Amino acid sequence: MPTITLIESNGTEHMLTGQNGQSIMQAALNAMIPGIQGDCGGACSCATCHAFVDENWVSVLPKMEDTESDMLDFASERQDNSRLTCQLTLDESMDGMVLRLPESQY
Amino acid sequence: MSLSSVTIVGAGQAGFQVAASLRQGGFEGKISLIGDEPDLPYQRPPLSKAYMLGKIKRENLAFRPETFFQEQNIELIHDTAVEIDRQNRRVVLKNGEACDYEHLVLATGAHNRPLALPGEDLNGVFGIKTLADADALSPAVKTARNVVVIGAGFIGLEFAAIAVQSANVHVIDMGQRAMARAISQEMSEVFEDTHRECGVTFHFNQGVNRLVGNQGKVTGVEKADGETLEADLVVYGIGVIPNITLASEAGLHIENGIKVDSDLLTNDPQISAIGDVACFPCVHNEGQPTRIESVPNAMDQARAVAARLLGNPSPFTSVPWFWTDQGSLKLQIAGLSTGFDTTVTLGAPESRQFSVLCFRKGHFVAVEACNRPGDHLAGKKILARPPELTSTEASAEGFDLREWEKEHRG
Ligand SMILES: Cc1cc2nc3c(=O)[nH]c(=O)nc-3n(C[C@H](O)[C@H](O)[C@H](O)COP(=O)(O)OP(=O)(O)OC[C@H]3O[C@@H](n4cnc5c(N)ncnc54)[C@H](O)[C@@H]3O)c2cc1C
Ligand code: FES
Repeated sequence: MPTITLIESNGTEHMLTGQNGQSIMQAALNAMIPGIQGDCGGACSCATCHAFVDENWVSVLPKMEDTESDMLDFASERQDNSRLTCQLTLDESMDGMVLRLPESQY
Repeated sequence: MSLSSVTIVGAGQAGFQVAASLRQGGFEGKISLIGDEPDLPYQRPPLSKAYMLGKIKRENLAFRPETFFQEQNIELIHDTAVEIDRQNRRVVLKNGEACDYEHLVLATGAHNRPLALPGEDLNGVFGIKTLADADALSPAVKTARNVVVIGAGFIGLEFAAIAVQSANVHVIDMGQRAMARAISQEMSEVFEDTHRECGVTFHFNQGVNRLVGNQGKVTGVEKADGETLEADLVVYGIGVIPNITLASEAGLHIENGIKVDSDLLTNDPQISAIGDVACFPCVHNEGQPTRIESVPNAMDQARAVAARLLGNPSPFTSVPWFWTDQGSLKLQIAGLSTGFDTTVTLGAPESRQFSVLCFRKGHFVAVEACNRPGDHLAGKKILARPPELTSTEASAEGFDLREWEKEHRG
């Protein structure tokens, strides 16, 4: 059960433990973290689960599909380390990962 | 005085989200969430997609785990609400108990329009609305050889795309083309072609006389033209009917659903209605009474009601949007693509990566994006605020919706 840290845009940090096989989006919703919306329930259709992955962790993650990248272009404040968290499935290799949340998902 | 209790009838997409958003917004009063389905509140879209393919586990359909409801002090009542006693502000349950409310939110959703045909009760005939439906259907898909889908709408075609991987699939529809009520002709054609390439056979402009069976099990579907298609599995998706009985018996106004104002309030100021069951004046549909069946509509309306109950009212103006995944095609629609008079196509339809922009009297009203999620999001942003995109601008050589959105950001 990997533990990750999500940091809201105002600096508030949340540590949360998710289950292997669960998406980071779902783990964040379960923990009531403000700043992740997940409107489409993980169908890669809404881009409201955007987060910035800490630079040290970007390379650990699986590469993104075109759909995710295309969507991120229109997420607010896209950066090189932007990802849609519904497309990131938790496993032990992500234990300790840090992600920052954008000010808004819309 | 702040509110001390909110009762929600219907623990689906909209009902659950009201409860979650109230707690997220700091609401400390009592929340009772009444739902007549046995499971934890769950999402429906995967039922006709990833769940049917076995790609998503049952427990991952739930919006939240059971512990969430305890931790957040959301009382989940698995029962049917049978009466709203407006005088005494309470909801009567089937088990005879009652649940008091200060504010009531109706999120009762809709049920499948029944086939209403001879043979509809035969074994092997399914609708897809609930998790129970999907659980009954998915083993049948694995063994089916001849599948007939009645209704070429979103759910029927999502299912057809899955069934055709292992069976012969025929799709019958009264209309002229796929998803005719919701999308442009050009988009329909590309979806039809893609389904055909995968092996699906369409029968348009065609009704159904009856389902035929043997020893209680379906064996075929007799079309209006008299031909019988062999079938060991029949799935229908011919639209839904809003669940309004509870509201109408309580004297709430009904008009193609429970009638609400732009604050999503019924004619009783202590009762809101949201989601598939609510008919609201939609600013993206010239203010016409509109009922929308989609997850984003349910979510946005739930959040709007929660915000109002938390003391931050604002009229509901969210841009309607929707998605459907069918085989290799992802379609995302922003805005309402009904009643448009002009379209502009971006990209080549043959490439299956293209978008149709819909205009009404020169005004941009909707974008249908097929495998072009960037166009969807750009279009949604443009629809949400001025300046307006005109059909003249969009028709210009080399027009790019995404660039236009970036250039015109506030
Ligand atoms: C198979 C399928 C696939 C879909 N795919 C998509 C998609 O890809 N994209 C999209 O945007 N939308 C999709 N939708 C539509 C979307 O799921 C609905 O629009 C959404 O669920 C509506 O939310 P709701 O809360 O209004 O209704 P529901 O989620 O239907 O919830 C209503 C609940 O209220 C309960 N209820 C009714 N009456 C009572 C009562 N008297 N007492 C207690 N409980 C009651 C019902 O049993 C139900 O559980 C799909 C729907 C289905 C069925
Ligand atoms: S939850 Fe919708 S894109 Fe991630």
